[in-house]
Amino acid sequence: MTPVTKLDRREFVRLGALAGGGLFLGVYVPGRLDAEAAADGLAEFRPNAFVRIGTDDQVTIWLARSDMGQGVRTALPMIVADELDADWSRVTIEQADAHPSRYGRMMTVGSGSVRNGAWMPLRQAGAAAREMLVAAAAARWTVAASTLRTENGRVFHDASKRSAAYGELADAASAMPVPEKPRLKDPSAFRLIGKRIPLVDTHLKVTGRAAYGIDARTPGMRFGTVVHPPAFGDSVESFDASKALTVKGVTDVFEVSQGVAVVADNTWAAFKGAKALDIRWKSGGFAMSSDEIFRHFAEMGEKDGDSAVNTGDAARALAAGTKKVTAAYQAPYLAHATMEPMNCTADVRGDRCEIWVPSQNPQGAQSEAARMTGLPVEAVTVHVQYLGCGWGRRSQTDFVRDAVEASMKVRAPVQILWTREEDMQHDFYRPAARVQFEGAIDAGGRLFAMRVKSITPPFGGGGRGVDRNSVDGLVSHPYDIPNVAIDYVRPDVAVPVSYWRSVGPSQNAFFMESFIDEMAHAAGADPVEFRIGMLSGQPRLKHALEVVRDRSGWATKPLAGRARGAAVVMDKGGIVAQIAEVSIESGRIRVHKVTCAYDCGRIIHPGIVEAQVSGSIVGGLSAALYGEITIDKGRVAQGNFNDYPMLRFNEMPVVDVHLVISNEEPGGAGEPALPPIAPAVANAVFALTGTRLRTLPLRMTGAQTDGPS
Amino acid sequence: MAAITLRVNGQTRQVDAEPDTPLLWVVRDLLDLTGTKYGCGIGRCGACTVHLDGQAVRSCNTTVSAAAGKSVTTIEGLSPDGSHALQKAWIAEDVPQCGYCQSGQLMAAAALLATSPKPTDADIDRAMARNICRCGTYDRIRRAIHRAAEGGEG
Repeated sequence: MTPVTKLDRREFVRLGALAGGGLFLGVYVPGRLDAEAAADGLAEFRPNAFVRIGTDDQVTIWLARSDMGQGVRTALPMIVADELDADWSRVTIEQADAHPSRYGRMMTVGSGSVRNGAWMPLRQAGAAAREMLVAAAAARWTVAASTLRTENGRVFHDASKRSAAYGELADAASAMPVPEKPRLKDPSAFRLIGKRIPLVDTHLKVTGRAAYGIDARTPGMRFGTVVHPPAFGDSVESFDASKALTVKGVTDVFEVSQGVAVVADNTWAAFKGAKALDIRWKSGGFAMSSDEIFRHFAEMGEKDGDSAVNTGDAARALAAGTKKVTAAYQAPYLAHATMEPMNCTADVRGDRCEIWVPSQNPQGAQSEAARMTGLPVEAVTVHVQYLGCGWGRRSQTDFVRDAVEASMKVRAPVQILWTREEDMQHDFYRPAARVQFEGAIDAGGRLFAMRVKSITPPFGGGGRGVDRNSVDGLVSHPYDIPNVAIDYVRPDVAVPVSYWRSVGPSQNAFFMESFIDEMAHAAGADPVEFRIGMLSGQPRLKHALEVVRDRSGWATKPLAGRARGAAVVMDKGGIVAQIAEVSIESGRIRVHKVTCAYDCGRIIHPGIVEAQVSGSIVGGLSAALYGEITIDKGRVAQGNFNDYPMLRFNEMPVVDVHLVISNEEPGGAGEPALPPIAPAVANAVFALTGTRLRTLPLRMTGAQTDGPS
Repeated sequence: MAAITLRVNGQTRQVDAEPDTPLLWVVRDLLDLTGTKYGCGIGRCGACTVHLDGQAVRSCNTTVSAAAGKSVTTIEGLSPDGSHALQKAWIAEDVPQCGYCQSGQLMAAAALLATSPKPTDADIDRAMARNICRCGTYDRIRRAIHRAAEGGEG
């Protein structure tokens, strides 16, 4: 063991103070110093979790990420506990409150909880704690540390048949020097990592005891809702509260910065009061409708864009191709439609503010509340509740603002819950997009030139030049194509947009993998073999495709009236190939089976990854078959699950997931299986009908089948 | 406000509520039984499913006056300690992801098993099609229902 002599910012483990004794370790994770972190005032190297070993043998692990169903509440502590050789039955997990710096960046997005820095630091944290416990035992027994071993929360000296529980050693261990480079386990020695252990919170979720945002309760709490402007950019001109105030239970009606709030004794009274409001809105001037927006995109598509990729000479190669294909694709705006509508509970009183919120961005909630109240961030406590889905929507803080303003106004704790309709009509949508392709096949049947132009509002809004997220999934295509030009054109439309599960690839994979399919057919090649032939530098993608080809029976004829389509995607450290088998029933696409190979490197918990893959396919199918937000004169036309439908139980295909066993570094699990399903289904529809669907959602009727002009 | 008598999870409860108040908000906001969730308010997602005299109903569009004098069971009353065969099967299959819809899923499944102790896949499709899961846990829900029906608990 190498003792640390000088503590600097780069150290990853540090001793903290712990009231009541025991060993308390902060984990330092090197974060990315991107613009966002810089804006939040975060520095480059920060802790992101705390580990405590109590004298009572209890191991506590603080979770500084938000669990929205992706299982980090189980998976991240498993990593620490494995290296620590902890007794898993004595591990408890605490959800960390927001802190501007203690845990590093707490934003849970991009399938990044394991892959973006937590994997090694969490292992090191567990291993460092273990080495310190071993050092304490070695000192107590005056034996060499190398003669000791650890297992299940105890240190053993086999030669003398002595052992001690971690709790007995915790105090002494905290006086030991922190190892700079603790020795990590050989993966063959992992006891938890890679195992299907029961998830830590299922019992809470099957008994109704898991506390989501809307379940926050605090003494004196009132219930409220906010009515936001129907058209984007509109604001309140005036309102008449008299009818709303006659609703029994309604106590307060007032303007907030984003609309008009109604506060009441219970949620129903607030909802009823909101319906009774008479509000006059001041127009912000945005009155576009979806068809105009897409016409605008098509016009923008005539302009030159900013270059995102330029390899070889695409223009010259296209002119020289023997077979050329031109196609334009289109995707609509999408709402997140999390099961739990947006909500936040705030209690602002004098010199402090307490927030309970289902958030993917607790630090953002904290700074938003600080801004609204004028309090320092240290005076704002943010408790992260269970999240009823995230999908990226909960990385925003608009709902926090509503609650903080309402609490400031009524001088009491207030829970603001949006109605489903408010939630669906005041989202930050997945941007609508248009992507234009030209491709050429050479005399050898090879795809040797491709020119792409994406016309997509930037996911993060604002900015200039190429929006990285908008072209993610296009520029990151895995194929050997010698001449490629990808340009980006930035349209400016007042519809608010932002991250939606898997972000750019969620639609770009549909465009790219459908177009690759078009090129395969143009070349007269089998679509799977065509792809495999262009993946010389991508053995993992090739393997994933081979797995689904073989498992799906790709080479065999499907049942009469059915056909198969394939897609492969590399996204957020996950590699995924899918083959969908479809039929058309009464003019509707029916997906019968999805075969999926998933390679995300080393797997922490196979059960979680399988669930994420299967769930991503379901979510991707909802978007592919139904998902469409349309804008009508500046406002969203849809409002609830009746006109923004989700895939239901009876539509669930058979999903056959094959997880690739791998020793590669862990990749993402929560998103990458979503992007390939839309193109796999569209490609299957083409194989079945000869109709190329170039517009999402995939529909067999009307002009939708032909794609945009 | 009117005093309305309900029988909730085996206990007689008096609530002061407007007669048109959906049962959902009575159990959540007045009785503090927060296991039942709000999802859509129009009976289209099933997150608010409870039992009314043993039948699965959407509590967001069932008024409290319609529930007066009847027996209401919420997720908190499905079993005293999470020991219902379905709850055990849900744990054995690790069904929930975010978990928000799962109270409703369990209540819908419990009503199904009460009338069809050995449901077929088609029975399950029919009974569960009114409940949306945004995380896409349908596969595991199906497995868990079969597991519970077969008496397997873990």
